[in-house]
Amino acid sequence: MNINVTLIAQIIAFVTLLWFVNRVLWNPMNDLLAARQKRIADGLAAADKGKHELEMSEKRAKEHLIEAKSQAAEIMAQAEKRGNEIVEEAKEKARTEGDRLITGAKAEIDQEVNRAKEQLRGQVASVAAAGAGRILGREVDEKAHDDLMKDLVSQI
Amino acid sequence: MSGSSDGGGTVAYIQHHLTNLCVGDCDPVTHKAAGFWALHLDTVFFSVALGVLMIAVSWRMGQNLATGTPNGFQNFVEMIIDFVSGQVKDTFPGHNPIIAPLALTIFVWVWLMNFMDLIPVDLLPAIASGVLGIEYLKVVPTTDLNTTLAMSLTVFALILYYNIKIKGVGGYLKMFLFHPFGKFFVPVNIVMSVIEELAKPLSLALRLFGNLFAGELVFLLIALIGGTMAVGLGALIWFPLQVVLDLGWLIFHLLVITLQAFIFMVLTIVYLGMAHTEEH
Repeated sequence: MNINVTLIAQIIAFVTLLWFVNRVLWNPMNDLLAARQKRIADGLAAADKGKHELEMSEKRAKEHLIEAKSQAAEIMAQAEKRGNEIVEEAKEKARTEGDRLITGAKAEIDQEVNRAKEQLRGQVASVAAAGAGRILGREVDEKAHDDLMKDLVSQI
Repeated sequence: MSGSSDGGGTVAYIQHHLTNLCVGDCDPVTHKAAGFWALHLDTVFFSVALGVLMIAVSWRMGQNLATGTPNGFQNFVEMIIDFVSGQVKDTFPGHNPIIAPLALTIFVWVWLMNFMDLIPVDLLPAIASGVLGIEYLKVVPTTDLNTTLAMSLTVFALILYYNIKIKGVGGYLKMFLFHPFGKFFVPVNIVMSVIEELAKPLSLALRLFGNLFAGELVFLLIALIGGTMAVGLGALIWFPLQVVLDLGWLIFHLLVITLQAFIFMVLTIVYLGMAHTEEH
């Protein structure tokens, strides 16, 4: 065995080297590796979160789409219904209007007929009176024969 | 390299290579350390130089660390750090911020010092003697028991410190009394526990020293094949043999130095982990 003061020198060298390695190599590298690990973990977590959010928004979009479709269908059904209603209403209105017009026209026609009858009746009376006057050779006093005339007119 | 082919030359060659550059209390004839106050200058120089290299490279790299996508060398360093902290996480119970840097220091430093073994055995000594006029040079610090023992004793001091810190003085002493055979074998327990505790630093130091010393010796023997046996036509046989053997041992030894550095690191973690657990 050849143990001498070299042993002590080597112990000092070893401890000094240990101190330096800890300071210059281990600590910076360890910090670096820890920082990188954290960065990677954060990145992965963010990616996961993004993926999750994408899934969520896809789901939401699908839901929105379905809702919108059903709404559109509802609106269309309502519109159809309303359109039918309007058509029916219009038909109804047209029908009543037509009926009204027809009755109005009928009444007018009747009125017109009656008036024409009246007029005709008057004219006939006067024609009859004139005719009778010619036949009798003298004037028939309409006033004097008023009762007779009325009776005649009512007979026409 | 000595050119003579007799046995004395071979032994002298090996002896010469296994002699440290000694200053202080040294034997003037053999150049071995004669007393405690002898310093192996080569051991200290190479280990400190490798330590400085480690720190310089890490400092240089620390100047422009990339958080996002690291470049080649930073990748490599991160791989080593990941590997070491993985080992610590696997084998060390609880948390202690000193363990991982300690393991990293041991692993890298021991590996670098072991790596000196792979440099051709005559290269650095030849440069030293030729250029600098230094006669003796042993380039592998881990083939010096002082280096390995220095590390294992530091680890041992940490083991003692954490044993006492975690278990308390009473708890640590109680472990000596009642471990491993229970309370009826107290004297046996004391002997066993003391041996067990002392074996930790000794086995750590001697395992590394022994492996590297043997490896160095084999490199020296392989170097001798070409150097001392090849004269004239014999070189045609011996020189290729030396190259093949050297390459083979080099590749195998690359495995050994890594393994030894790894073992030293893992055992350090395990021993300190044992110091941190209450129940034995």
